[in-house]
Amino acid sequence: MTTPGMVLRFSVEGGDYAAAGEAASKIKKALRKIGVDAGVIRRVAIAAYEAEMNIVLHALRGRLILEVAEDKLRVIAEDEGPGIPDVNLAMQEGFSTASDLAREMGFGAGMGLPNMKKCSDTITIETTKDRGTKVVMNFDIDDDGVT
Amino acid sequence: MNLRKIQQLLAAEILWGEEILDLVEPRYACGSDLMSDVLAFTKEKTLLLTGLTNAQVIRTAEMIDLSGIIFVRGKKPSQEVIAMAQERNLPLLMTKLPLYETCGILYSAGLEGCSGLPSRRR
Repeated sequence: MTTPGMVLRFSVEGGDYAAAGEAASKIKKALRKIGVDAGVIRRVAIAAYEAEMNIVLHALRGRLILEVAEDKLRVIAEDEGPGIPDVNLAMQEGFSTASDLAREMGFGAGMGLPNMKKCSDTITIETTKDRGTKVVMNFDIDDDGVT
Repeated sequence: MNLRKIQQLLAAEILWGEEILDLVEPRYACGSDLMSDVLAFTKEKTLLLTGLTNAQVIRTAEMIDLSGIIFVRGKKPSQEVIAMAQERNLPLLMTKLPLYETCGILYSAGLEGCSGLPSRRR
């Protein structure tokens, strides 16, 4: 890792389907630029993209934050939105509260949070009804840049 | 098997990427309209077959470095979506065949799926 201490922040607007994915794309490009292992980039990109889609599909607005440390990467997705009523249920593959529009776009199949969990090494979710949700995902990198 | 061969097998229309069809060789293929499943279950160098034509398909391809996309059932994306693919150097093909037949033709020709189950003809 060449750039410990780097922090990047990206705004995400709820309902802005045209821009959905831009923040994750920028995160991916930034990681490629600083020479992160391709397998790690893939995991981060998938998790960040799912998190961004969740904000676009469910929340009013939010942001994605990438933090680069010596031995790990962290992606934080926080939003102002309805919150997740039952996190355990939302973590189950196939459970979704997404709209028909989300499904038309190929999302809303109940794989978002499970995908984020699968791709990250640790994930924590804090959510408050009618306030919003904060998801913190950590991705380990060993000395060789391989997880 | 490169994309040129795949395009010929499916009699597919080339929406973008004529110049790079000979150079792109997908190792696996995946047929799905669920982008979260595509994100979860594909490997590198995968060709996506789908009936979805919106921008999120291109975004999904970008996130996991898909080799290319084949739109099935004669579905044609908008010029904006084709332009997005062009910016990302992502070849796009379109076939009139439905998803099942498209998958069957490519699987029979030896293109593996992402599960690790080998195709019968290799």
